[in-house]
Amino acid sequence: MIDWLLFAVLSFFALGGAARVVTSENLVHVVLYLAVTLIATAGVYAQMDAGFLAAIQILLYTGGVITLMLFAVLLARRNGGSVPAEGHTSPLRSLLVAGLVAGLSGYTILRGGAPNRAPEALSTAELGRVLLDPLALPFEALSVLLLAAMIGAIVLARRKDA
Amino acid sequence: MTGPGLDAYLFLAAAMFAIGLFGVLSRRNLLAVIVSVELMANAANINLVAFSRFGVHPWGQALALFALALTVAEVVVGLALVILVSRTHGSLLAGSLRDLKE
Repeated sequence: MIDWLLFAVLSFFALGGAARVVTSENLVHVVLYLAVTLIATAGVYAQMDAGFLAAIQILLYTGGVITLMLFAVLLARRNGGSVPAEGHTSPLRSLLVAGLVAGLSGYTILRGGAPNRAPEALSTAELGRVLLDPLALPFEALSVLLLAAMIGAIVLARRKDA
Repeated sequence: MTGPGLDAYLFLAAAMFAIGLFGVLSRRNLLAVIVSVELMANAANINLVAFSRFGVHPWGQALALFALALTVAEVVVGLALVILVSRTHGSLLAGSLRDLKE
């Protein structure tokens, strides 16, 4: 019972924050509501016994990505962009498409007969062993990708006259 | 009746994905579009962790971790592009990027 209550509260913050992300008219608010959603998602991870992932979510996303996005909002404003989010183009059609996708996903989940096996938790120690033994190659490839993304971002955002 | 099962988490992720899709389709501002893409990626991650938790495959969490890092790389490049666009076009309206059309 208490699990359902916790799940309801976390879902409320996650979905409420998400709804505000797509409707809010101030870009700073948009980014801060995204932080609310991401923290609630970290709570959902913690509820699913994925404590390591919850910690990473808070450190990486709400610590790093949100800060980066706030920087981008303010830098773009200085360059002539604006902090207002400038509204929506075709809200009704977008709402229709999103509603269809939600309906289809919901129908699939209901009909799909998801396996309801006994819950099993993967401990952080096991996760570390999985990452460094069978998944060592993707892990290293990922670090190369991150380096490439960083160099790409620097090249793209660099001033040409500097 | 114990705690929420796989279905509950899948519904949460589906709802978040649909909200993010609405944002991607309807937002005019490029930064708001990127933030909405974040929502969709986050929903996919909830699915991965849920499937891992309810015994489909224990590597789901590792995959979610990889997806998290990939999303961060995507955000970094996306934000650099946004700053570049704001510098060259003077605005962040997605509709102002029609140089190839004209």
